[in-house]
Amino acid sequence: MDSIILQILNGLDKGSAYALIALGLTLIFGTLGVVNFAHGALFMIGAFCSVTLQRILNLSYETIDATQTDFLGNPLKVKTPYLESWFGPEMGSSIIEWSVPLAILFAIPVMIGIGFIMERGLIKHFYKRPHADQILVTFGLAIVLQEIVKYYFGANPIQTPAPEALSGIAQLTSTIVYPVWRIVYFCFSLLIIGAVFAFLQFTTFGMVVRAGMADRETVGLLGIDIDRKFTIMFGIAAAVAGLAGVMYGPINAPNYHMGMDFLVLSFVVVVVGGMGSLPGAVLAGFLLGILESFASMEQVITLIPGINQIIIYLVAIVILLTRPRGLMGRKGVME
Amino acid sequence: MLGLDKKDSTLLLIVVALTMLAPFILNPFPTESGLAQFNAGYPDLMQRFVIFGIFAIGFNILFGLTGYLSFGHAAFLGIGSYSAVWMFKLLSMNIIPAILLSVVIAGIFALVIGFVSLRRTGIYFSILTLAFAQMSFALAYSVLTPLTNGETGLQLTLNDPRILGISQTADGSIPVTNLFGLEMRGAFDLVVGPWSFTFSAGYYVCAVVMLLAFYMSIRIFRSPFGLMLRAIKSNQQRLNYTGLNPKPYTLAAFVISGMYAGLAGGLMAAMDPLAGAERMQWTASGEVVLMTILGGAGTLIGPVLGAGMIKYFENIFSKINDNVLHSWFSFMPDGLEDSVVFIIHPFVGKGWHLTLGIIFMLVVTFLPGGLVEGGQRIARLFRRKKTVEPKSAKTEPAE
Repeated sequence: MDSIILQILNGLDKGSAYALIALGLTLIFGTLGVVNFAHGALFMIGAFCSVTLQRILNLSYETIDATQTDFLGNPLKVKTPYLESWFGPEMGSSIIEWSVPLAILFAIPVMIGIGFIMERGLIKHFYKRPHADQILVTFGLAIVLQEIVKYYFGANPIQTPAPEALSGIAQLTSTIVYPVWRIVYFCFSLLIIGAVFAFLQFTTFGMVVRAGMADRETVGLLGIDIDRKFTIMFGIAAAVAGLAGVMYGPINAPNYHMGMDFLVLSFVVVVVGGMGSLPGAVLAGFLLGILESFASMEQVITLIPGINQIIIYLVAIVILLTRPRGLMGRKGVME
Repeated sequence: MLGLDKKDSTLLLIVVALTMLAPFILNPFPTESGLAQFNAGYPDLMQRFVIFGIFAIGFNILFGLTGYLSFGHAAFLGIGSYSAVWMFKLLSMNIIPAILLSVVIAGIFALVIGFVSLRRTGIYFSILTLAFAQMSFALAYSVLTPLTNGETGLQLTLNDPRILGISQTADGSIPVTNLFGLEMRGAFDLVVGPWSFTFSAGYYVCAVVMLLAFYMSIRIFRSPFGLMLRAIKSNQQRLNYTGLNPKPYTLAAFVISGMYAGLAGGLMAAMDPLAGAERMQWTASGEVVLMTILGGAGTLIGPVLGAGMIKYFENIFSKINDNVLHSWFSFMPDGLEDSVVFIIHPFVGKGWHLTLGIIFMLVVTFLPGGLVEGGQRIARLFRRKKTVEPKSAKTEPAE
């Protein structure tokens, strides 16, 4: 019983990453009708937002401390982050420690900005082109973004530790222990997903966007500048992917190709959930995450070796062949 | 000639001449000169040019003609490599049976995967092929380790049986791949003045195979079968309404292009007898997509050009480092030189992927027909200048 609960927990945190990326992908596909292969790169850029913030916060000046000497007997140079001198050592170091959660605030405007630039600068010109062209150009964009990040941050993974208060291990029941940060990640993703749905469901803006998703032309005829709204939605989708990346840093140290690794899986998730269906994407994300973690249980692997590696693809193939519109896809959308 | 019309025969002859003279063409700079590092005429790279050329030609038969964008073609390349290496291990070091087996096995896999994937079109087809390829990759890494040797990759060893050959040579080393005694590693250096040209047996074997593959693809493009594939690309629904079932045609195209990929994989193993799972990863599939689009999907010569360009970038362009840049721009004043080098630096050397990505995006955006279309446009521009009559400059309607 415990092991089952543990597998569900394990699945939830991976599933929440899948769900967040797939949610963004679906937002873009549902509104703009664009298949965005660069979405994984947005996830990666989000993770590097927190790396950047960490570096900014750690900017420091050097002083020579005469009381300490290094092993050669020279006076030791001590680096003090500016933050520590401005806010005092304790406050400063705790700000630096909380750099990952703080990066959320930093990442939102950055990601929305990147999303705007991407949509206005490039993707706008591809609405009328076939899906294959959209895939290709965003695939090229993904390579470019990835290489830019690689140029500035190097090819090695960079650690972005979680703050100490959130990095321990939680005792859930007497026998189940689980890393706190993963629970935080899960709750965070639920929060984001809830926020996106609430935004679409309960605001006028969201209503217009939903109307535009259902029938773009009619909304346009009503005198609403739907393109503008969709651009904003693209920015929001980019921000969702970016936030997923920011918070994923402590689980998996950001490296420049983490986006590509997630991209393939999140496409599979979108297809399983149903192209253009937001609840479908979220559901399929969690479902596949949990399924994957169950497939990597010891007992299952001994029964069917290698199943943990291929389960997601297997599910995708079965779903695509038996129910092409996905779990919750609308009838007639990209069937 | 050979059942081709005049235009195609000319194209084929040009390609024959280019591939046969490649050791000269790719080595334009004397060995001692500073530009010698841009010589691409060494056997290893030339082999890669033609092998990836074959891969891209095959991919183009599927994508260029039918419009089905497969994101999992590298799986067939990997399968081809594995089968070829197994043939080297079990039967003999002759490359003919190895390549035959790799083509056949890749064809069988393509038949199965194609049969399933082709039930869907568009993005779903792409995702399905991607899923199959990733599955093969994951399996090759984990469960199939006895067959694929996992992360290390499949290699030849001294105690392989090699029924028709020898397990080890007289001096106790692993025998090399050969074609009826002609060793693939064998090469002959021709030194003319300051130049040095290398003629490698392996390259010429690959080149001949590529020419055959290229000829086959011309025949396919010009055949009624090729016409049917184009019909599928332009309007599948209309084809259905006229009572034709497109499925056998697309499946045949898929299997043919899978066999081309298997052939490329087999050749790759024949040149260097080892096979690793990373050849099957989806980024490798992405690479062949890049090659085909860059060169020009749906054109005959495009994929080969694209493959050549990407491999040139990967091997030569990536060698340009800061020192080379400084020597190039040394005629400028110091400050300007440094800033020029600083601007160019991210795009060359290790950053070649960045340049490639940018070029690829530009091509997809502005030149959907790839480099070939670019060449045609330039040619048309010149022709227009020469002819005074504006009527002759009228362009033909696009297909």
